[in-house]
Amino acid sequence: MTPRTSLDVGGMGHSIKRKEDPRFIRGKGTYVDDVQLPGMLWLDIVRSPHAHAKIVKIDTAAALATPGVLAVITGQDLAKYNLHWMPTLMSDTQMVLPVDKVMYQAQEVAAVLATSRYAAADGAAAVTVEYEPLPVVVDPKKALEPGAPVLRTDKKDKKDNHIWHWEWGDRAATDRAMAEADVTVKQDIYIPRIHVASIETCGCVAHFDKVNDKLTVWMTTQAPHAIRTVFALVAGHVGLQEHKIRIISPDIGGGFGGKVPVYPGYVIAVAASVLTGKPVKWIEDRMENLQADSFARDYHITAELAAKKDGTLTALRIKTLADHGYTDAAANPSKFPAGLFHVCTGSYDLKAAHVEVDGVYTNKPPGGIAYRCSFRVTEAVHTIERMVDLMAHQLGQDPAQFRLQNFVKPEQFPYKSALGWEYDSGNYGGALLKAMEQIDYARLRKEQQEKRQRGQLMGIGISSFTEIVGAGPSKHFDILGLKMFDSCEIRIHPTGKAIARFGTKSQGQGHETTYAQILAEELGIPARDIQVEEGDTDTAPYGLGTYASRSTPVAGAAAAVAARKVRDKARKIAAHLMEVAEQDLEWEPGKFSVKGAPDKFKTIQDIAFAAYTNHPQGLEAGLEAVSYYDPPNLTYPFGSYICVVDIDAGTGEVKVRRFVAIDDCGNIINPMIVQGQIHGGLTMGLAPALYEEISYDDNGNIQGGSFIDYLLPTAVETPKWETGHTVTPSPHHPLGAKGVGESATVGAPAAIANAVVDALWHLGVRHIDIPITPAKVWKVLREKGVTE
Amino acid sequence: MIPAAFEYHAPASLDDATALLARLGEEAKILSGGQSLIPLMKLRLSSPPHVVDINGIPGLSYIREADGVLAIGALTRESELEESEIVRARYPLLHDTCKVIADPLVRNLATIGGNLAHADPANDHPATMLALGAEVVARGPSGQRRLPIASFFTGPFETALAPGELLVEIRIPAPAARSGGAYFKLERKVGDFATAAVAAQLTLRSDGAVEQAGIALTNVGLTPIKAVQAETSLRGKRLDDATIAQAARLASAASEPAADLRGSVAYKKDLVRVLTGRALRKAAERADRRR
Amino acid sequence: MRVQLSINGEKHEADVEPRLLLVHLIRDVLRLTGTHIGCDTTHCGACTVLLEGRPVKSCTMFAVQANGKSLMTVEGLEQDGKLHPLQEGFMAEHGLQCGYCTPGMLMTGYAFLGKHPTPTEDEIRVAISGNLCRCTGYVNIVKAVQHAAATLREGAAR
Repeated sequence: MTPRTSLDVGGMGHSIKRKEDPRFIRGKGTYVDDVQLPGMLWLDIVRSPHAHAKIVKIDTAAALATPGVLAVITGQDLAKYNLHWMPTLMSDTQMVLPVDKVMYQAQEVAAVLATSRYAAADGAAAVTVEYEPLPVVVDPKKALEPGAPVLRTDKKDKKDNHIWHWEWGDRAATDRAMAEADVTVKQDIYIPRIHVASIETCGCVAHFDKVNDKLTVWMTTQAPHAIRTVFALVAGHVGLQEHKIRIISPDIGGGFGGKVPVYPGYVIAVAASVLTGKPVKWIEDRMENLQADSFARDYHITAELAAKKDGTLTALRIKTLADHGYTDAAANPSKFPAGLFHVCTGSYDLKAAHVEVDGVYTNKPPGGIAYRCSFRVTEAVHTIERMVDLMAHQLGQDPAQFRLQNFVKPEQFPYKSALGWEYDSGNYGGALLKAMEQIDYARLRKEQQEKRQRGQLMGIGISSFTEIVGAGPSKHFDILGLKMFDSCEIRIHPTGKAIARFGTKSQGQGHETTYAQILAEELGIPARDIQVEEGDTDTAPYGLGTYASRSTPVAGAAAAVAARKVRDKARKIAAHLMEVAEQDLEWEPGKFSVKGAPDKFKTIQDIAFAAYTNHPQGLEAGLEAVSYYDPPNLTYPFGSYICVVDIDAGTGEVKVRRFVAIDDCGNIINPMIVQGQIHGGLTMGLAPALYEEISYDDNGNIQGGSFIDYLLPTAVETPKWETGHTVTPSPHHPLGAKGVGESATVGAPAAIANAVVDALWHLGVRHIDIPITPAKVWKVLREKGVTE
Repeated sequence: MIPAAFEYHAPASLDDATALLARLGEEAKILSGGQSLIPLMKLRLSSPPHVVDINGIPGLSYIREADGVLAIGALTRESELEESEIVRARYPLLHDTCKVIADPLVRNLATIGGNLAHADPANDHPATMLALGAEVVARGPSGQRRLPIASFFTGPFETALAPGELLVEIRIPAPAARSGGAYFKLERKVGDFATAAVAAQLTLRSDGAVEQAGIALTNVGLTPIKAVQAETSLRGKRLDDATIAQAARLASAASEPAADLRGSVAYKKDLVRVLTGRALRKAAERADRRR
Repeated sequence: MRVQLSINGEKHEADVEPRLLLVHLIRDVLRLTGTHIGCDTTHCGACTVLLEGRPVKSCTMFAVQANGKSLMTVEGLEQDGKLHPLQEGFMAEHGLQCGYCTPGMLMTGYAFLGKHPTPTEDEIRVAISGNLCRCTGYVNIVKAVQHAAATLREGAAR
């Protein structure tokens, strides 16, 4: 797309440098742990070594005798204020601090308040807790067996560990299509627990000003406004009122979904500050972050896919157990307990589909957050892309050709999927063909044949994913009842500079730049003259925050709509200034000129000045606008990824030799930033595909609870990503944009898994669950008689 | 993650250090590079009442080759080894090893003496020194002694160092002509300990037969393991496929790994076999180049 | 204990507990908050500073060990209002997103370029393998280091 604005203005399509970078490259960002207030106290948390145990006694004497320790807070203390439990985003309940029992290893048991970071740690180490271990439920399948220990004894009538059953689609039609199919493939797929592990962990500084009754909380949150409302609803009974709560989300060191929930640490810090009247800082360490914060995924899936002999796909059936840990604290729109998992028909024109998901309680930490994806879309994409690959191989067809045959075709858009989604736009074949060309697919297949004859293991994997982002239309989308709109407020100053505030919150995505470019595009004010602010609930308009790739689809649209409101008023002022009728003016970015007399014009800066100095009678002074944008539909970014792997038959190591990613996120605002999002997303796709997993042993002990065993890829493991794009604008988004932050994380794992299975298919290998570790590959190879 | 409080000592001489260590006994931990000790202290898995920082003692950091021996001061940083021209040119096994320890930043503080004296079976230098037939020099209140590396590792995280003794130098025999070595480590990612690793050092005769072989294994037992039978099996033989395969099998048989998140016992034992084969081939290739 | 050290050419003194980690001296005591903390186990490199010119993880050193030593942090890169070519490179090549790992990456890159004026991509990737980044996928960090290397070479040639 050729930019409509000059590079100097820096509207859409320009790779302008990021406005946030000057502070970050100088080490002058302000992250939450950088906030240090006079008289500030420190909170450290005592955690459970047991996965399930009764608390017999908490002995705080030694802790209280530790120099610097002021108090030890327990569940009993919070119970006095009825703050020992809190609601989850899915309207379940979660302990802030336990009164009688712990439900997972690393659960908060008590909190120590002290005058320094070090004293708080000493105090936490000095608290002794006596436990009586209870039987541990780790496996969600066993959790549902009759006689399994019932975990949620706090729920009076709860007799089992089943949370909910949810299903979607036409069961009868799907069963019929399955029965009538020429070919079916069936596969168990486990998508393991993983953790976003943003490099900055979570934390907060809570400051209750007793004089003004005002609570200010600097916290690592992706959704500050919703948090404010939640705090007011949960703690209204102890005197916190919404107009006296200010949430400040400062610079955030990566979020990826992990900074959406309210963690007990935040609540305890707030409670401690309200009680003491002093600022209280709580910063979790990495092990707490990995062991107690919300997890992602943990879906046990059984999928069946049906096709005709000629390779036409017909139906998909999925059953899933969703391991939620001890409470359902997933971050999903209320209506969808399994998120948007039912976008699982993916890029394919399937006539029938049915999905069932059962939520289960186990002795694990709660969660169900995204790991850089839109509400369970990765689970959906991984399933359909693995299944389509299985079917292609089963039928002896080339997986690329098989996909091309079964894609939803460009002329079918807007396309209504078998599970009810209306895909806005797409050209799936275009993206795949481009990826095939860029990687030279035909040559790779030839190379693979030659290598196979020499006994070398090389695989080519494809993933042609469809994302679903930009939640969402208020008709279907809310979190705790709050509709999922988002907002932008623009004020143009007299000198033509502007400030714009949003309900979202960047965690590295570059909103200060991207939003400024949208406004530059719509108003012609140079992006450098526009200050973008987010994250302070006292100043920013209400919005639901940044996750699920919703910032550009929702708040970006709000920016465009608000800018157009500004422009409408600017037109009136321009007409007044030039003494012509409004309809005689035409707009190009940055100015209104008189039709037919292009040298007669007023710039947006002229108009802004007039808005405060010479506004027309009958029109209010000033030049500002607000938009609360309720999207008419979601947006459906897509792409095709092709990956080449080489497998070391001796050690089982998988090396990603090449990875070409063709993405389509509609119209692009800043190509540099979009490409950066894809690089990062791909790396967070590589990570769960080959490296990361959080698992538990039979006693509920976490495995992978520190960076010793939770394996974030370094620059050495990460391949040199090759990217490209096609552009299929969204027909309903004001800018034709779609959102891109998560596409690559959603699409990449299946490409890698498909490549590994492709390398081993001739040996009889049909599936390997991610993460595909050397140990797993080695086992498969030896079972198939391959050795060095 | 905050370490427990301790008393800090920074002796300025070896005599002061050994006297201090003798006095404090089990109460003291020696702080060298600190890249293993400090994480343990932060996790409070180790909370020594006294920390003796030996970094201020002069004369413990050097790499010099003289009189048929490469002498390395215990405080020499891994990155200094990595950058050493002598090590790169003449001790490829050692060069391979110091490049794969932890990560480049850790290697700027981590020391070779610490890597050995910590006696973590997952550490990389122990196997390398076993394969090279090194000696270590220990200095105690009553003087200095030399120990063959084969008698140094007495158990997991345990060495033959007496209370009050410090490891001060590592001595590696200079390579004969037609010598070469290699270290093959499988790690899950940079910074990880080895799933398994193999150090191999070979000296070949002019006819290509093996004069001397050193083979040792990392992280597949409670201590680093010297694969003696594998070594013996090579002596006097030419390195054909069957000979290498036989040595690799013997090395694998010598390993005693435990299952963990890195893999099963069977996997690790087989890795030893595979990596031994690869290390021997690479060592032979390098030996052949150094006639 | 009394600790004296130089950071970015400026002398500092502080009374510290022996167990105080160097990173906490830098951040909490001296309030140079550009140096970050990202893990407990010496894996992430967010806390990387230069100790006598070599990049080290300041969460895995006691402040007392830095007594008498010369340190450099991210705040020391800009000189007389002029950004270091690495800082320019990170901006030009989009080598940062959330900015949290960036100071560590910059310090590692700074020391690396001092020894490797014409690095290959693989050498850069190894050099930064002690610094984790969760946002960028490293591609643009590598480019940023290359960008800076080119600028520095030009400067040296002039």
